[in-house]
Amino acid sequence: MTETSLFQQEYVRIREQQLIETPQWAETFRQEAMNRFLTKGLPTTKDEEWRFTNITPLLRHPFRLPGYDSVSDSEVKGLVDQAVLNDQYDLHVFVNGWYSERWSRSAEVDSAPVFVSLAESIRGKNDSVGQRLIDRATDQESAFVSLNSAFLGDGACIQIPENTKLSRPIHLVFVSTADEPIASYPRNLISVGRNSEASIIETHVGSVDRDYFSNSVTDVVLGESAELQHHKLQQEQTNALHVATMRVHQRANSSFQSHYFALGGSLSRNEIECVLNGEEIECTLNGLYMPSGKQLMDCRTKIDHAQPNCRSYELYKGILDDQAKGVFNGKIYVHPHAQKTNAMQSNQAILLSDDAIIDTKPQLEIYADDVRCTHGATVGELDEESLYYLRSRGIPRELARKILIFAFANDVVQGLSEPAVRKRLESLLLSDHGLPVL
Amino acid sequence: MLEVKNLHARSEETEILRGIDLNIAAGEVHAIMGPNGSGKSTLAHVLAGREDYEVTEGKVLYCGKDLLDMEIEERAAEGVFMAYQYPVEIPGVSNKYFLKAAINSIRKHHEQPLISTAKFLQLLKEKLEWLEMDKGMMERSVNEGFSGGEKKRNEILQMAMLEPKLAVLDETDSGLDIDALKIVADGVNRLRSPDRAILVVTHYQRLLNYIVPDRVHVLAGGKIVRSGDRTLALELEQNGYAFLGAAAASAV
Repeated sequence: MTETSLFQQEYVRIREQQLIETPQWAETFRQEAMNRFLTKGLPTTKDEEWRFTNITPLLRHPFRLPGYDSVSDSEVKGLVDQAVLNDQYDLHVFVNGWYSERWSRSAEVDSAPVFVSLAESIRGKNDSVGQRLIDRATDQESAFVSLNSAFLGDGACIQIPENTKLSRPIHLVFVSTADEPIASYPRNLISVGRNSEASIIETHVGSVDRDYFSNSVTDVVLGESAELQHHKLQQEQTNALHVATMRVHQRANSSFQSHYFALGGSLSRNEIECVLNGEEIECTLNGLYMPSGKQLMDCRTKIDHAQPNCRSYELYKGILDDQAKGVFNGKIYVHPHAQKTNAMQSNQAILLSDDAIIDTKPQLEIYADDVRCTHGATVGELDEESLYYLRSRGIPRELARKILIFAFANDVVQGLSEPAVRKRLESLLLSDHGLPVL
Repeated sequence: MLEVKNLHARSEETEILRGIDLNIAAGEVHAIMGPNGSGKSTLAHVLAGREDYEVTEGKVLYCGKDLLDMEIEERAAEGVFMAYQYPVEIPGVSNKYFLKAAINSIRKHHEQPLISTAKFLQLLKEKLEWLEMDKGMMERSVNEGFSGGEKKRNEILQMAMLEPKLAVLDETDSGLDIDALKIVADGVNRLRSPDRAILVVTHYQRLLNYIVPDRVHVLAGGKIVRSGDRTLALELEQNGYAFLGAAAASAV
């Protein structure tokens, strides 16, 4: 039995059991997505986009879509406690892909809630949500996006009306815990209205030593002059497979910032695609990936400069140890009339072991002539000059090395605007490297 | 405290130090002056333990121990401090973290308990005031985005925090305007004590108006060609290093 057909079998099983009760449009949406998935099949290393990331063999055993129940409260509590950043943040928890009101909390507001679970939206026959999903579906989407749509069930719907500044961040926590290998397919829809501002944090955690597969899709629309800060802390367990796709559509004068931190999982693949469809748009994509052991972390970004006078800034840093592997692919596409585009991209990696591998590939396609586009990729070791400086202040070589690794990573963390996220990452980075937390 | 005997050192194929003899007792301030390329900075780095230089001959005793046999961090932990001519920028680690890690490493070396946060902050506040530095700078990355003068002050701040026994200041005056020079010199003077030795390496005598040395040595061609009291520095100021022409040549 092929890996692809294992997913088809699971699809048939849940339809028969009617695990997901839904209106007709959703049934059709799922079936069409399943058809697209079967046509494409799972990617192999012969696919250019998957040359360095051999995921399909890892999907050789069935991953079941779990129901709402049958999870241990104490286990979930432990994971939620681990993920929580700040008591003041609105917290929305998904357990094995399903929204859990029990673990979630949000401060009462006078106006309509900006968060609704996707399952709730579907049950409530929210046609605009359905329409948005249907409009987004295309034959060009990746197999994993089709798979996510085929198992459409739950996720976060965040709709921020015009002229609204959220007073506190929204924290989405995705927890995976089950006794058998499970799959979850969160589907998040985020829209930030004209002149509005929001900050959203995503955390992915799971139970130790469990096999699971998380395949999320997040679709974002930023209205004119809207601002969104997105932080993602991928802290999956060591056996987990994590595949995530984020698709961002920006209108004029909007600003989008993504900060991605890959800290866990046996294999993780994070794709971010931004379409800059308006003038004076700013798009910042920063990331940090730190694989060790035999972990593989694949980070891919695509910035589509569709209109003139936009700016994109991209900095990804990698620290690779043991036999770990990292992949960075950064595409920048500048359309013929997207003049005065300013695009900067940089990927810097440090290899701490002779067996660690990094595949880095900037891909710039520029069809306009009056643009400023720069890219750079460096792969190196720790700076000897800095090592000498630290040691000459009494810091032993090993500790000095650890401090420099921390410093290299922390460079991406320091600029974060959410203090709680910054603090959490700083202490994670310090304790990961056996350094004292100041 | 420091006894340098017939010290020869080279970098790759070039011999830079060609037989240095120098004795500094506790409580003394010595100055090493000399033209560019005379080996001043090399001497400072050899004392600090930089691995780019190979000592080919001679020895260095520090508090009776063989300094050249010690690792870089061990020298620092034992009380040797060098203020860099070009301090290194380390993005991503704050000055505060760096200083605390250094203090605690040195304490560990001496099997002393780690410093408490309160004590550390109190000490830091006091030294920052000496050097007229803003405490906000301590939250910033080590030397990152600091002006030349700020970097030099930061070196002296580290010195004040680590309280070394032997401090080597490598061209600490370069890139400082007169006000910053006074502040830095004042910081150094506060650290003068009967059980501490200071070696000031400088091209100009300007700094020595503020940090008055007990002895002045002139380095040329990798050797000390003249030694004297502070009047030697003034003489150099007036006449330049030209007189060295013959002496430097004979040193080779």
